[in-house]
Amino acid sequence: MAEQLAEDEAQGRGFDRGLLRRLFSLALPYRGYAGGALVVLFLESVAQLAGPLLTGAAIDLVFSPKAGPPEGGAAFVGRFLETLGLEPRGAPALDAIAGLYLLSVLATFGFMFLMVEWTSRMGQGVMFDLRTRIFGNLQRADVALYDRTPVGRLMTRLTTDVDALNELFTSGFVSLLGDLAVLGGIVAILYALDPTLATITLGVLIPMALVTNWFRKGARDTYRRVRVRIARVNSFLQEHLSGIAVVQLFRREEAAQGSFRTVNDDHRVANLDSIFYYAVFYPALDFLSALGMAAILWWGGGEVIQGTMTIGAVVTFLQYSKRFYRPLMDLSEKYNILQAAMASSERIFQLLDEAPTIAAPPSPAPVPRPLRGEIEFDHVRFGYKPDEEVLKGVSFRAEPGETIALVGATGSGKSTIVSLLLRFYDVTKGAVRVDGGDVRSFDPSAFRDGFGIVLQDTFLFTGTIAENVAFFDPAMPRETVERACFDVGLGPLLKRLPDGLDTKLTERGGGLSVGEKQLVSFARALARDPRILILDEATSSVDPETEAVIEKAVDRLLSGRTSVVVAHRLSTIVRADRILVLSHGEVRESGTHAELLAKGGLYARLYALQLKDREAAA
Amino acid sequence: MKDFSRFLSYFSRRPKEYVLGFGTMALSAALFLAMPRLVRHILESLEKDPSPRLIALSCAVILGLAAADSILFFFTRRILIGASRDVEFEMREDLFAHLLRLPPRWHRKSRVGDVMSRAVNDLSAVRMMIGPGIMQAANTIVVGTIAVTLMAFASPALTLVALAILPFVAVATQVMGKVTHRRFTAIQEFFSEISASAQENISGVRLVRAFAREATEERRFDAKNREFRKRNLGLARLNALYFPMLQALVGAGFAAVLWVGGRKILAGELTVPRYVEFNLYLMELVWPAIALGWVVNLWQRGSASWNRMAELWAAEPLAAESADGPLPGGTLEVKGLTFSYDDGPPVLRNVSLAVEPGTTVALVGRTGSGKSTLLNILLRLEEPPFGTIRLGGRDLRETPLPLLRRALVAVPQETFLFSDTLAANIAIGRPGAARAEIEHAALEAGLGPDLATFPKGLETIVGERGITLSGGQKQRTALARALLADAPFLVLDDAFSSVDTETEEKILEAVKARSGTRTVFLVSHRLSTIQHADVVIVLERGRVAETGTHEELLRAGGLYAELAERQRLSDEVEAA
Repeated sequence: MAEQLAEDEAQGRGFDRGLLRRLFSLALPYRGYAGGALVVLFLESVAQLAGPLLTGAAIDLVFSPKAGPPEGGAAFVGRFLETLGLEPRGAPALDAIAGLYLLSVLATFGFMFLMVEWTSRMGQGVMFDLRTRIFGNLQRADVALYDRTPVGRLMTRLTTDVDALNELFTSGFVSLLGDLAVLGGIVAILYALDPTLATITLGVLIPMALVTNWFRKGARDTYRRVRVRIARVNSFLQEHLSGIAVVQLFRREEAAQGSFRTVNDDHRVANLDSIFYYAVFYPALDFLSALGMAAILWWGGGEVIQGTMTIGAVVTFLQYSKRFYRPLMDLSEKYNILQAAMASSERIFQLLDEAPTIAAPPSPAPVPRPLRGEIEFDHVRFGYKPDEEVLKGVSFRAEPGETIALVGATGSGKSTIVSLLLRFYDVTKGAVRVDGGDVRSFDPSAFRDGFGIVLQDTFLFTGTIAENVAFFDPAMPRETVERACFDVGLGPLLKRLPDGLDTKLTERGGGLSVGEKQLVSFARALARDPRILILDEATSSVDPETEAVIEKAVDRLLSGRTSVVVAHRLSTIVRADRILVLSHGEVRESGTHAELLAKGGLYARLYALQLKDREAAA
Repeated sequence: MKDFSRFLSYFSRRPKEYVLGFGTMALSAALFLAMPRLVRHILESLEKDPSPRLIALSCAVILGLAAADSILFFFTRRILIGASRDVEFEMREDLFAHLLRLPPRWHRKSRVGDVMSRAVNDLSAVRMMIGPGIMQAANTIVVGTIAVTLMAFASPALTLVALAILPFVAVATQVMGKVTHRRFTAIQEFFSEISASAQENISGVRLVRAFAREATEERRFDAKNREFRKRNLGLARLNALYFPMLQALVGAGFAAVLWVGGRKILAGELTVPRYVEFNLYLMELVWPAIALGWVVNLWQRGSASWNRMAELWAAEPLAAESADGPLPGGTLEVKGLTFSYDDGPPVLRNVSLAVEPGTTVALVGRTGSGKSTLLNILLRLEEPPFGTIRLGGRDLRETPLPLLRRALVAVPQETFLFSDTLAANIAIGRPGAARAEIEHAALEAGLGPDLATFPKGLETIVGERGITLSGGQKQRTALARALLADAPFLVLDDAFSSVDTETEEKILEAVKARSGTRTVFLVSHRLSTIQHADVVIVLERGRVAETGTHEELLRAGGLYAELAERQRLSDEVEAA
């Protein structure tokens, strides 16, 4: 909600040329559609403008023909009929004119269809490209970006902000030109027919423009006020629904209702203010259009009496004047569309411009294939925030094939070590090395490819079990997936499920128990037969039977590769080659289970605590 | 539409507005549609005996009519749309009042997001229906009726020709509306899918990185993105057809009128001025005809939304009970209480206990042993079965809720502060409390040192629009709120979990010193807290496993002793 408010305030920003240029550069790949749309747009304007001209000509040529050669529009249409070899008088002319009228209607339809179709293709294309770019960018952005940006906000960039650009490209700038073309065409024809009357008719445009401008400004300001106030109404509602227990326990129903009335009424009042602008604007336009009509009748009537103008011409004027104000109104709307698009595109570009700091160096060192699996932390210091160090000089080595268990209280830095090993973040001091090479010297993605990881939160994707185990890698053979599943003990489950490996999982692995989800995430890591395995054990307790299966699976997972385990299971800790006891970002004790237990220090106490928990679970 | 009588009641409350609004609308339409008649008049005079004076006069009348029409339409808009905003205001207010009085059980089961979407999005759709929807519908009816009548007077035969396109417009609107709805739904559904999959990718970012699956993920997204574009283009093509087609139908009508009308003029059955007049009416009909489709859409959405809102109305609120009368007090007696949520397994089994006034009772047990449920039942956030709990001899279910709420004050596990000043948050405990009392409560709750660091002390705004408090600060604010209420029963459900042990010690001492005859229930994991209790009740899987003082239970060497030992170790590890 707070973001909503901030975004509303950002709407008021002025014109930014650089931003605009960048915005239009998005349409470059679709310039073919844009060009085509402009052409049909021009043709459509011509077809649309034919109607009043034909009506006027029908009156002057057919209904009340005067002696002498026809004038103005009628003369034009008459000559056109003659070139077609038609009689410009009487019933045949009427048939021809009605036919032309119908033709212009059909042409308008065809051109308009093409225009909307092509601009939609352009708009959808631009949005498609943007979504692809944003998503691709998110795949490369620093993990730190995700730490500081809520998921919802990133989703807004990908969805709402992209959508805001649609209108600009579909109904925005092409039809802006279309409106201008129609206006220009009307003006040209009117002047060709009768310059004086044209000037008088166009005179109405000045107050129309003034009223429109007044409306645009007023409506925009009140609209902004309405949005801020509805945001307040909504956040009040949200807050009180979330805190309903407190409201009811402390009997604050009446008071809450009273406060809500104030917020709600503020919103109502802001809306009533905005009604005022609308209630003035539309009737004012109607009145001005009537004013134009009266002016045409009065002046045109006078000219007809003097014989300098035909009735048909007056009717043509009347019909054109009716078509004035729609393009004018559209113009003011386009401005709002542009503003909204600029605000959204600014946010999108900001995200696209975010250059990742965790990236491959200019000439990345080749990642050894296969990895030997040697890990070294060399006096590593690190903090998520500059002033809060989480790791204060951590050093350790893991030889190929060794299992290192990390233990310690919450917040001691275990998970951070894992994150640094995968190079989710860069160390502030010291170095992390794998097979002797600094992790910063590799291409991050190629480097991580040699790892297998099991996160504490067993995150599964929507898809089948097989797809999850293969992590949507189409190149992974089915046998590998099956092998991995059986190795971690998923066999009985797969046999029980009617669709076996192809059982569909809903969001976050819905449909499976906690233990089963863990096993699937084990299989996912195992299927890639990684040289280095990272296991962040889940803390959630499972029933003893599942526990036994998991313990066996962990065994299978760790054997034959270098492993770093954030360990919670006693069995895992005890079987580790080396245990690192962390406390407040430092390695306090290091050694095998037996050594540390004999020492009687921090580990001994942790061990006693684990034993207690185990008894409690049993 | 469900609960239609409630829907109607919002309109019957303001008959004047609607009569007046529709009245000005009809009048303005009539004036507006009188103009073509004047145009015809002018054209006729031009043909027969041209008189500049008559033309000028007619033009003046046209202007006068237009002015009157504009003024009337200004009022129409203000009155009708204004009324819809008033209705919206009332509906929202009623809905909120209703929600406030729905039982805690209902709120526990519903999701805030879902309720919000009904109270916000659905209400807004209903507002569109009763505001612009009603106005446009009425306008279409009024303008349509008058224009068609006048057209029939000008030329009945031409009217039939012109109206011949109406069935086509109606069918086109219907068919297009249905297809649009189908394609739109298909887009919405796919939008959910593409959003969900992007959200999944973002939430699982570490996993994607760790497995170096970025390229696969991009390919997967690309496939969805393509499908999404395809569906969107499907709808766009429909739009590309829809309005041009309506326009073409209308244009064909004009062409037909030109041709048939022209023949009639040539045959001497129709005059040019009458023909022009007719054309002008026809032009005024175009917009209402097109708007009809829009109005139907607004009504469909609006009534669907009203039905969703009506589901909220259908929930039974708590009965209104008086808050006056003597506060309940005395012995609290629980007898054979067995409780389960909905149809789940029992969370509490045959729990019995008796608590004398002035006692401090600690509830101890593992996660899921039923501590919080028991407290929630005492607070009647969950309803106990009849006859299982008595307070001062009276069944808890028969004690008026407002009185019970005055007697029992709680600091819940998850504290909730409103985005308002600290003082206002504390004052919730006892409205109208003097400033000095609020300050005293804040100090008692151990907020003193924190207040000094806040920019405006007690007047600092917290939460969404203010500063963010730490977990411990929130808990102490909630405690201050409860202390200010000064009720005979205080319920502390793990209320100090984020407060350090030393501060907690001090706060508890202050609470105890002021207690006197106050009965305190507390849930805690900390031994230091539990030691303060007069009685410790150990719960295990919903049953009372042990009862006694801290020392007695330690000596007994049972479950409590074990839990205490675990706690001691855990404290040591954390302190290391």
